[in-house]
Amino acid sequence: MIELDWDWEFTWEVLPDLLNAAQITLSATLLGSLLAIGVGLALSLLRRSPSRWISWPVYWLVEFVRSTPLLVQIFFLYYVMPEFGVSLSPMTTGVLALGAHYGAYLSEVFRSGIDGVEKGQWEAARALNLSQFMTYRDIVLPQALRAMIPATGNYIIAMFKETPQLSAITLLEMLQTAKILGSENFRYLEPFTLVGLLYLAFSIVAALGVHQIERRFPKEGFSLR
Amino acid sequence: MELSELTPILLQGAWVTLKILCLSLPVAGALAFIAGLTRLFAPTPLRQIARVYIEFFRGTSALIQLYWIYFVLPFFGLNLDAMTASVIALGLNIGAYGAEVVRGAVLAVPKGQYEAAVALNFTPWSRLWRIILPQSLINMVPPFGNLAIELMKATSLVSLITIGDLTYKAKTLADATLQVGEIFGLVLLIYFVMAQAMAYLFRLLEARLGRGLDRGGLRS
Repeated sequence: MIELDWDWEFTWEVLPDLLNAAQITLSATLLGSLLAIGVGLALSLLRRSPSRWISWPVYWLVEFVRSTPLLVQIFFLYYVMPEFGVSLSPMTTGVLALGAHYGAYLSEVFRSGIDGVEKGQWEAARALNLSQFMTYRDIVLPQALRAMIPATGNYIIAMFKETPQLSAITLLEMLQTAKILGSENFRYLEPFTLVGLLYLAFSIVAALGVHQIERRFPKEGFSLR
Repeated sequence: MELSELTPILLQGAWVTLKILCLSLPVAGALAFIAGLTRLFAPTPLRQIARVYIEFFRGTSALIQLYWIYFVLPFFGLNLDAMTASVIALGLNIGAYGAEVVRGAVLAVPKGQYEAAVALNFTPWSRLWRIILPQSLINMVPPFGNLAIELMKATSLVSLITIGDLTYKAKTLADATLQVGEIFGLVLLIYFVMAQAMAYLFRLLEARLGRGLDRGGLRS
């Protein structure tokens, strides 16, 4: 019943289009990661605020974003923002959605990283009369970084793998391109398989990259300078 | 449309979401155990197969897997309806992540437990079944809870192959009524409530399993 009937000619025909689309996928991931890291850092610091009026809403916001599907959040941004007079391109919407969704995840990573820094480090910094900002920037965050990197890398790879969901708002990333190529030629096997393999290849490369970055940090007692 | 008219339609969608969840959860769970234990204990060729399965399904995206199963398999003469394709795709995807959870939990059982079981002349099978698995189970519950919520969220993808789940209902309703704000807001809320309910159930399960093990004194 099952026979593999792979068309190499068609494969070479669709590959350039898919690689072009890979650029969109990659830039959405890259911009999304930058936004997510910023959002995550901001949320994790707000979450540590001594005032419950700040930390409590932030806790529930993070919980809410983490427990609802990315796809619905993408739809929400894409269809609801125009109600407020803001019409965004699929790419911008996608980057915002990825940034917000993974920012919420990363905020938890950053929070546990910051919590993991020894209390004595805080006390020493305060005793040396460093401001709160300097304590974070020069003392705490560099030490927390080591603990944050592996999990952050995981989430960025996860984000990359969820970019196909942006095809639902017509962004021409790899999957959407593959779908169009497939429906034009009535052959889905090659385009969909290629997209899967490209994702696999990128994921493996990214995982190796994260591992390299991790290895550059000694286990304990390093400084950024 | 009033909120009182929108809610029942969306809840119908939520019911479909729940059905997909209840069907794919056991598939994912079974695959997690089979692949996880195969990777640990089976002979090398089987181990490699499990490894390829795990790496492949973790390394590519769930939506591509779903599309592949739904659009490509018919070309091999395997026609799956959208529902079956969804359950298989989601089960395979989350099962791959679960396999690593199973592996990690089994490896976390102290080595002395293996040695004691060997010393007591347990067969490999009863070693696994009576000593190792019961102890590793408690370690699996929290990450499995997370995965179950991931699975719940991933069910939204099935709307893209035209299954009338919650997300699909929301999208069609929003297209028809243009009340996008209320509809998507409500849908996010429904997903949130489902996730919180699942997190609560898994916390109960964890407490229940933990209690039994404490009494047996296995958790030092």
